[in-house]
Amino acid sequence: MKMKVKWALLTMIFTIATVLTGCEPLLVLDPKGPQAKTQADDIMLSILLMSGIVIAVLAILVYVLVKYRASNQRDDYEPPHIEGSPLVEAICIGIPIVIVIFLSFVSVKSNYEVEATPAGYEDTKPLVVYASSSNWKWHFSYPEEGIETVNYLYIPAGRAIEFKLYSYGPITSFWIPQLGGQKYAMADMVTTLHLAADNPGEFVGRNANFSGAGFAENTFDVTAMSQTDFDEWVEEVHETAEPLTEEKFEELLEPGHLGRSTYTGTHLEFAPAPEHNHGSTDSEMDHSEHENHDSNHSDEESDHSHH
Amino acid sequence: MDFFDRFAVPHPSFLIYASMVGIGLTMVAIVLGITYFKKWGYLWREWITTVDHKRIGIMYLLVALLMLFRGGVDAIMMRYQLSMPDNKFLESQHYNEVFTTHGVVMILFMAMPFITFFFNYLIPLQIGARDVAFPRLNALSFWLFFMGMGLFNISFIVGGSPDAGWTSYFPLANNEFSPSVGTNYYMIAIQIAGMGTLISGINFITTILKMRAPGMKLMKMPMFTWSAFIANVIVVFAFPVLTVLLAMGTMDRLFGTNFFTTGDGGMDMLWANLFWVWGHPEVYILILPAFGLYSEIISTFARRNLYGYKSMVASMVVISVFSFLVWTHHFFTMGQGAFTNSIFSITTMAIAIPTGVKIFNWLFTLWKGKIVFTTPMLYSMLFIPLFTLGGVTGVMLAMSAADYQYHNTMFLVAHFHNVIIPGVVYAMIAGLTFYWPKMFGFMLNERIGKWTAWIMSVGFVLAFIPMYITGLDGQARRMYTYSESTGFSMLNMVAFIGAGIMAISFALLVYNIYYSIRYASRDIGSDPWDARSLEWATHTPVPEYNFAITPQVASTQGFWDAKKNGHELFKGKYEKIHMPNNSGWPFILGCIFFVFGFAMVFSIWPLAIVTLIGILVCLVYRSFEKDHGRYISVEEIEETEAKLRGVKNEDR
Ligand code: HEM
Ligand SMILES: [Cu+2]
Ligand SMILES: [Cu+2]
Repeated sequence: MKMKVKWALLTMIFTIATVLTGCEPLLVLDPKGPQAKTQADDIMLSILLMSGIVIAVLAILVYVLVKYRASNQRDDYEPPHIEGSPLVEAICIGIPIVIVIFLSFVSVKSNYEVEATPAGYEDTKPLVVYASSSNWKWHFSYPEEGIETVNYLYIPAGRAIEFKLYSYGPITSFWIPQLGGQKYAMADMVTTLHLAADNPGEFVGRNANFSGAGFAENTFDVTAMSQTDFDEWVEEVHETAEPLTEEKFEELLEPGHLGRSTYTGTHLEFAPAPEHNHGSTDSEMDHSEHENHDSNHSDEESDHSHH
Repeated sequence: MDFFDRFAVPHPSFLIYASMVGIGLTMVAIVLGITYFKKWGYLWREWITTVDHKRIGIMYLLVALLMLFRGGVDAIMMRYQLSMPDNKFLESQHYNEVFTTHGVVMILFMAMPFITFFFNYLIPLQIGARDVAFPRLNALSFWLFFMGMGLFNISFIVGGSPDAGWTSYFPLANNEFSPSVGTNYYMIAIQIAGMGTLISGINFITTILKMRAPGMKLMKMPMFTWSAFIANVIVVFAFPVLTVLLAMGTMDRLFGTNFFTTGDGGMDMLWANLFWVWGHPEVYILILPAFGLYSEIISTFARRNLYGYKSMVASMVVISVFSFLVWTHHFFTMGQGAFTNSIFSITTMAIAIPTGVKIFNWLFTLWKGKIVFTTPMLYSMLFIPLFTLGGVTGVMLAMSAADYQYHNTMFLVAHFHNVIIPGVVYAMIAGLTFYWPKMFGFMLNERIGKWTAWIMSVGFVLAFIPMYITGLDGQARRMYTYSESTGFSMLNMVAFIGAGIMAISFALLVYNIYYSIRYASRDIGSDPWDARSLEWATHTPVPEYNFAITPQVASTQGFWDAKKNGHELFKGKYEKIHMPNNSGWPFILGCIFFVFGFAMVFSIWPLAIVTLIGILVCLVYRSFEKDHGRYISVEEIEETEAKLRGVKNEDR
């Protein structure tokens, strides 16, 4: 019995260790931006702390099982009646409380970090990208640059990026694991995700939230490049790409999978994002709701704070 | 549209046709078999119309085992599909249906009836009662549950299965994105089964509050009864939310209301919130009774009283309150902002504290004990480390910033299976093995039982640890396939092998039942484990009135006191016993509900209206029905008792 437990434990630790430290690092633990770094640090910290707990429990368990198993005891041994002891129980409550308090601090601190402009890039002017999903594609609109892409995303490295997320359909979740964790894109509101890439590079991005038959292939490619390369790309798009018309956009929204494509202009001009709108079709109501929101809404606040 | 077209399956495949044929043949075989052996009358008198909590419990058990099989087949299909990149075994639509039904079936139609089986069988015996407070309602609970289960399970051969995930988030679940009737099945079948659960929640709370044996104060109840009490209080608070939620979802789909639409003032996030306001407490409804069973088993086989009884109870009360304060952790990524996430992050982590207390208490119960490794004990001892692993990964998920990375990935899937399987499924099997002799008068084979536990655990580790890793590597959940370049394939193959090993262990469990039916000794008395609480104080098989004389207790382990300290359980002499009559009404009402549900799923309004009237008529009939039950006379009791004692004496 003891042997078996040990053996199971060893194989478990061994597998985890080989894979965690193995040849290729796991995406989430191989961060390429400050948000993903914060998250990877939290994850590693909690893995360490939690392994300690698992090992402690296991050690105590194996110890009592060996020590008090019937075959290791006299035949006439009668276990005592023990109600419990306030002191021992207080200690048992105390240890978890201390751990939870510690983790709470870490968690709260990280929450404010990932919901703010990425650390180190506070004084860059963030690039605003509207990322909207439709079954089963991603549309990236760059309002300031006046361009739009489908299923691929170019971003300048070393600069804060502010993603404005929404969806033309089911709830989706915008996720670039190496740059930072995901956030939902929904049809009746806009959510904000702050990311940044430290260096040029290529990353995978996907919709992480199940959205129907084409969900598995609902991915996009991300390329981070220097600001100059990015500017050049924008210019090139303006020279070569077709303008995005309303008809064309309707066509793009049709359910299905598409390859990459690039346009000048954005769909935001004729189909604005559902900011502060909650899907109400009544424009008057819209307006009053909007005013309400503005009075208690600062730019830093996340879009959901009005709930 | 031809009337019958709507019943066709929208995405048929060979597997579905094959199972249609299989199910058809099985049904025919069962009907023929019952007719051939002339068992219809027996079935009707002894089972279908029964109001006996023990029989109703066993029917719950049968459903649970059947659904464990169905959910298990779904699981193996998913694991096989994912074992290789670009596998063509299931296409996207089928994979989506399979994980949706797997989730619903496992949680609502496997785990729920399994714990309800224990509630039914054990609560009255543990508190020394003759039955539950409302025996006929109890039968109604079962039949509503059964019909809901049946309705849900015909979906894949009539009209198509739901495919929007067991969470069924809107707008994905609305008519535009889920046009087939599959999601109607989800809304209506779960509604019917859920009513059954809510009614039995009320029933068990009343039973525990009003029907305890003399001397059994609240703080002298056995730990399983405590856990059942708290779980049922959670049921009564949480299930109405589900009822309302499903009603709103049904109306959105069938009557064009706008509760969860994204325009016209609807709000899709409302579904997610309400779903988890029910959904999180739901997982505690499952885990608390499991904790209760472990407490009984560990204390029995450590041959010691349960350490820290009071803190065990207190921790469950705290858990039950907190279970309603954490639902947002299921969507930290919805954009509520750092403040809201921080609050729910902390409340979620706080639940780890009472849970930790329980683990320490079990460890301290082993301390200074005299531990015997029976099969139920082995499951419990495997549970402690494996569940701890699941628990600590839960704490990891509770760190909301990090959850942005875990959310929607296989890491999460690994986590909840890691708490549910060692937590709930092991407890169910351990409890089943433990109480098997009480129910059926013989024990399951210990050698096969221990092998089963070990094989299941090896399979479990292989099946789920790799999912933690692929999750951190970016494998999203609910993805029907992935490409070679992702590098997920090796670990997914390991997970498939693990799932296969688990399947072997379940096959062994079935074999064990078969083997023990054939070869196990029937000469085991009524207390084969040397146990501690009241359910072991009556005969095996348990007579329909449970206890000929109502027992009197003075501690949490009345039977132990009687055995070791000369406590007298049964004082006084036989008196006639009042028992409820059998009734066909719950079954008939259940059947009408089934037809009503079917009519709703397919929007066949005339039928829906007729059956709705039928339901009302049944309810009115019941209100005016006069049935005062019957009495078992003293002579009859004496006869039964003598016979049961005689059986024992003869055997000894
Ligand atoms: C016995 C071995 C089991 C295996 C191998 C297994 C396997 C799986 C897999 C692979 C998935 C994820 C599919 C995906 O996201 O692509 C899944 C989902 C799920 N499983 Fe299991 N499972 C098992 C047992 C259970 C049990 C016992 C329960 C509950 C009592 C359960 C409840 C669920 C739920 C609720 C989901 C989520 C469904 C959804 O995403 O809508 N599973 N299971
Ligand atoms: Cu909102
Ligand atoms: Cu939860």
